[in-house]
Parts: sequence; C-alpha cells; structure tokens
Amino acid sequence: MTDFVPMTARLVAKTAEGDRLDTLHLKLNSDQPFGFEFGQFNMLAIPGIGEIPISIMGWQDDCLLHTVRGVGRVSDAMLALPEGSTLGLRGPFGNGWPLARFEGRDLVFITAGLGCAPVVAAINHAVTHRNRYRRIVILQGVKHHQDLLWQAKYDAWRDMGDCQVLLAASEEQKRKYHWRLGMVTELLAFAEFDPSHCAVMICGPEIMMLSAIPYLKQRQVADGDIYLSMERNFQCGQGLCGHCQLGPYFVCRDGPVFCYPDVKPWLGVKGF
Amino acid sequence: MPSRPGYSSTVAMDKVYLPRGSLGELYQALVDEGYEVIGPQEQQDAIVFAPLSGIEQLPWGRQEFTAPGQYRLDNASEQRAFHWNTGPQSFKPWLFKPQQVMWLGQETDDGIVFKAPVSDAKPRAFIGVRSCDIAALYLQDQHFMHGPHPDPWYSEQRRQLCIVAVNCSRAADTCFCVSTGDGPEATYGYDLLLDELDDGYLVQAKGERGNRILATLPTQGATPLQQRHAEEQLARAARQSRQMPDADTLKSLVEHLSDEQWLRIAERCLACGNCTSVCPTCFCSKQEAEQDLVSGEHQQVRVWDSCFSEQHGHIAGKNIRGEVSQRYRQWVLHKLATWQDQYQRSGCVGCGRCISWCPAAIDLVEEVNLMLGSRHD
Ligand SMILES: Cc1cc2nc3c(=O)[nH]c(=O)nc-3n(C[C@H](O)[C@H](O)[C@H](O)COP(=O)(O)OP(=O)(O)OC[C@H]3O[C@@H](n4cnc5c(N)ncnc54)[C@H](O)[C@@H]3O)c2cc1C
Ligand code: SF4
Ligand code: SF4
Ligand code: SF4
Ligand code: FES
Repeated sequence: MTDFVPMTARLVAKTAEGDRLDTLHLKLNSDQPFGFEFGQFNMLAIPGIGEIPISIMGWQDDCLLHTVRGVGRVSDAMLALPEGSTLGLRGPFGNGWPLARFEGRDLVFITAGLGCAPVVAAINHAVTHRNRYRRIVILQGVKHHQDLLWQAKYDAWRDMGDCQVLLAASEEQKRKYHWRLGMVTELLAFAEFDPSHCAVMICGPEIMMLSAIPYLKQRQVADGDIYLSMERNFQCGQGLCGHCQLGPYFVCRDGPVFCYPDVKPWLGVKGF
Repeated sequence: MPSRPGYSSTVAMDKVYLPRGSLGELYQALVDEGYEVIGPQEQQDAIVFAPLSGIEQLPWGRQEFTAPGQYRLDNASEQRAFHWNTGPQSFKPWLFKPQQVMWLGQETDDGIVFKAPVSDAKPRAFIGVRSCDIAALYLQDQHFMHGPHPDPWYSEQRRQLCIVAVNCSRAADTCFCVSTGDGPEATYGYDLLLDELDDGYLVQAKGERGNRILATLPTQGATPLQQRHAEEQLARAARQSRQMPDADTLKSLVEHLSDEQWLRIAERCLACGNCTSVCPTCFCSKQEAEQDLVSGEHQQVRVWDSCFSEQHGHIAGKNIRGEVSQRYRQWVLHKLATWQDQYQRSGCVGCGRCISWCPAAIDLVEEVNLMLGSRHD
C-alpha cells in the first residue's frame, strides 16, 4: 500500500533559492532504492495540512531534492517547516522526459516563468552527462531580470562548451548584458541547433507553449521531437481522482511529460 | 470486459422457478454463506441500498415515477419486490465510498508515523442489482482496479462481492439502457439472476458460488408459461422512448467544442453536480486533510467530487473551467466521448439517474441528440 500511504521523509536541510522559494533536501526513512526519472513528481504531504504534487529536482548526498515555491496554504506551510521535520512522500509518479532516447541529439530547453523545476532538473542531468548529448540550447523567459532563479547556474552553463543560453525579459525597458527584451519564444530565432536531430523540452504556461510551437515549425522541427511538461490540479497523482484530466488523458498518469502530437488537439482549448 | 450485444432475450436457458414464499430462503442462504446482505428498501421517499434484516424490508408493491427533474415513489399495480428500476444511487457507494480515509498520520517523539486505515470491507451480497448498474460496476472496476495504482479499498470490497441481479420487468420513463447496450437484461457479472413474476421468481446461476447457492433453494422446473411471461415483461422493459446515439456518433461530440448549445444549457444548469453524484460510473474525488488537535492524529480523507465543483479544475490561480458551460461540456464530453478513449466504451450505461435528479430538468439524452442533430442537418 505504499502507493497510497506515504513514506516518511526527513527535512535535513533547506536551501533558499529566492523569494518564497526553497530547495528541500529530504532523507527518506526507507532502505528501498528510490528510482526516478526527471520530469516525474512526488506527492508531498504535511499531515493535517494537505498534500501537493512537486517535481523531482534531483538527488544529492543521499537526499531527494524538491524545489518548492510558496503560493498557498500547503506550499507555504512546507516552506515554514523547520529542518528536522518529517513529511509524507508518495511517488515517484508519472512519466518523465525520455532522456535516454534523446542521446546523441541537440537538446533545446524552453521555459518561462519563475524557475521551472522539471526543465531545470533535465538540464542538470544533461550537463552532468554532457558527452551523451550534442549541443545544449537553453531559452528562458522571465518578466524582470531579477526574477531569474539560479543565475549562477545559467552563467556556468553559458561558459560551458557547445551550450547556448538565451534569456529574455518581457517587461523591461532597458536591455542588460546577455539579455534580450521580449518573449522567450522570440529567442528561438537566435537559437542554434540542428532541427532534424534535436529534442525540444518545454515547461511553463500553456500560452507560451502555444506560441513556441509555430516558431519550432518554422525551423522545421518535427512535432514528435517536441515534449511538453503539463500541469493540472492533482489530488491523487495515481490516475484515480479525475481532477487532472485533459481530454482523454490523466495528466498525472499519462504525463506530466507528453509528446506534443498526443496532446495537440487539447492544447490551448479553453476549459480543458 | 464482456461484449455488449444489442438487446436480445436469452430468457429460456437454464432457469428454475422459486415460489415467492421461498424468497426468504434465498436471503438466508446468502447469510449462511457468510454475507452481509444489502438490498433495496424505501428510505426518505427513495429506493436505497442498505443492510437488509429480512425480505420484508424490500420495497414490496412500490415503484418510481420519473421524468426530467422528477422522482416519485408510489404504489405499483403489482405486489412485487423489484417493480422499481433505480434509486438515486447504484451500489457504487459501497465500493467507491463517498468518504474514504487514505492514511493516518500520528505525531510521535521520532516524528510522524503514517499508517493505513482499518478497512471495513467484508463479504457483502447485493440483492436487486440491475444490468445497467452491473455495466457501471465493470467500468468502475476498470478505473479503480486495472490502472497502474489499483485502489486497495475498492479492490478489497470488490473481491468479496456476491451479486443477485434482477432483470427489469418494466422501464422507468427516463431509462434508455437498450440504446447503450446495457439492459434491460443482465447478461454478465452476477452470481444469481432473477426474473420476478407475480407469484415467484425464475432463477439462474453463473459460476461455482451462484450454483452452490442455487442448489440449496427449493426450486422447481420452470414452466413454458412462466418463461413466456418473463420474456414478455423483458420485452416490455425494452420499449424505451429515449435513445442515446451509438458510440461512434458520440465520439463526434468532440467536434462540437464551440457549439453555442453549451451556452444555452449553461443558462439553465446550476452547476450543482447532482448529475455526477448520482451517476454510477463517475469516479472523481478530492482529498481533504483533517487534524485532531487533541490526539495529535491526522487523517487524509478522500471525498467524492464533481467536475461541476469550483475547485475541480483549480490551477495556478484560476479555475480552468471557470464557466458553467465549460463544466457541463466536461461532463458530457468525458462521459460520452473521451471516456471511450480511456475505457473503450462510453461512460453512460443508460440508467437515467442524471435526468431525474437534475433540479433544472436538463435531459442528457435530449441535449446530446440536439447537439449532434444541429450539426448534421
Ligand atoms: C506535475 C506538477 C509538478 C509541480 N512541481 C512543482 C515544483 O516542483 N515546485 C513547486 O513549487 N510547485 C510545483 N507544482 C505546483 C504545486 O503543486 C502547487 O503550487 C501546489 O499544489 C499549491 O498548493 P497550495 O496548497 O500551496 O496552494 P493553494 O492555496 O491550494 O493554491 C495556490 C495555487 O496553487 C494551485 N493549486 C492548488 N492545488 C493544486 C494542485 N493539487 N495541483 C496543482 N495546482 C494546485 C491553485 O490553483 C492556486 O493557484 C507542480 C504541480 C504539478 C501538477
Ligand atoms: S450519464 Fe446519466 S444516464 Fe448515463 S450512466 Fe450516468 S447517470 Fe446514468
Ligand atoms: S470528470 Fe465529471 S463526468 Fe468525468 S468522472 Fe469526473 S465528475 Fe464524472
Ligand atoms: S446538469 Fe442538472 S444536475 Fe447537472 S450540474 Fe447542471 S443543474 Fe445540476
Ligand atoms: S491527479 Fe488524480 S487522476 Fe491525476
């Protein structure tokens, strides 16, 4: 019944990442190996408060990493937990990025908003196993320069061989060094990658996905090489509660990472 | 999943006769097999499934009169136990419970300890189950038991179920099971199946357990006349005025995403969720955290939910189905169209409950036919 009853995880450390944003280092109270894919998620619970889906950010020093933004009741309570607290954890659930299938290709990452965990986790992985992939292109859009999380990481990626980092700020008047003004999708015109041999991973608001896709088509990227990490209301994470339905799909079970042609008919349709 | 042929009666096969005076022996046989017996009875002006202390509790001589937005029990012309068709709920709440504790969390000196709740599943026999509700049960089985994370509470009760089904001898005005291929005759999923006649029952059994129980009953051979009566009343129950379009036609509902009819329905729909809560196939739930400040014990509870509710599509600061028209469309498109992608058939078994329990008298079948018609002519 471990799929249903949480295992306990001890909050051994918290790293502040930004305004109301922490990375939680969770030590599982279990001897079982915890296998996962980037793009999968766990359901994290605070008993008596609630349970929320959070993407798996990584694994470091025997700890599972989750980066949590405080946006409401449960996530705020999670950030307020002192080190040493115990949480409940169910997972991992869902399908992650099929990174093994992308080996030998150029990788293009597109994200908008405030630090999109599933994509950042995949970039970390690609960078750690740099020789498995060819070029890495990272496109990130934010409203203001200072909204960019993990600035140091982006700087390090930019300085890495064969890696292009393009940043856009949509609500700035003045352009800063390394930045462009405008939407993240406009960065695609400057992205250098081989469209016939690439994998594109997108995470962020659906409106951004919808505007990125025509640019990718212009560059002759095949629909089947585009992957999207979708978000919906999750109550169970297990394909049972019905909240996360997107047309015929249960996003928690059939996603959250989808190959674009599968969700194409439902993407951007109001009400789904 | 058994195939669902169009309606054709198979009444003649392997049926024996149980006099009405011996129905109590069927009840007793189920008790002797170790089952808690659950059956239909009249409570607060409706037929509900509840523990049965004896067959005298059955709704003898009662039947319901239904219409869009209406459900009324009254005396029937015949003194039968199963002359009604449906109540507001199938036996779904006994398997997929309206409230289910998922886990308990206890604060201890070493932090929190999580444990599973005690299950109250036990051998349960249901009397009076209709073919539409068996079809709905098989759909719920697919959802709760055959996915990547089988629901332990549903599964545990499901494995201890004995079903005594009844063929419908009449159809309520809101029934349309013939058009969905789910009735009025039960063809699978039961242990015992009854045809109710004026003075007794034709009985047939399926499987080892059903046959074992049947062997203990004081049955006689069924006469050709009794068999003909059973066939005639099944044929009567199969005469239904409403017709749901066939599965392939229903799939084409996804081409009507921006039909103005959704907006017109939304003017009447109260988004109350009655339709989803009486539907025997709906499976949505939400989770709630409860805290006992005194004992320090916490519970995570799963509660029935509906795509008509405010928080069902809540994400990133908004409800993706903010408009009532979008919620009504979700209900119809899921139930009739995308359900087919998920479970290889439509999620509607033709029971008509959503029609009679809609306070706005919205008729699912009529709306769907209108929508599909408005496009095709
Ligand atoms: C697959 C997936 C991966 C996610 N990964 C992360 C992550 O790595 N880090 C992170 O900080 N957040 C992540 N989220 C979002 C996170 O789950 C929500 O922020 C969280 O559920 C909000 O709960 P709350 O009680 O704090 O807020 P509430 O007070 O309930 O609401 C705050 C906001 O969160 C939305 N929300 C509420 N409940 C849910 C829910 N069950 N599912 C989705 N949104 C909800 C509400 O619409 C509202 O806008 C992810 C969501 C999904 C679906
Ligand atoms: S949609 Fe209506 S008629 Fe069909 S199974 Fe559900 S409640 Fe019954
Ligand atoms: S989404 Fe609506 S129609 Fe579908 S199962 Fe849930 S409540 Fe029923
Ligand atoms: S269709 Fe009827 S029962 Fe369903 S939500 Fe609307 S008013 Fe309520
Ligand atoms: S989150 Fe419950 S079905 Fe997907």
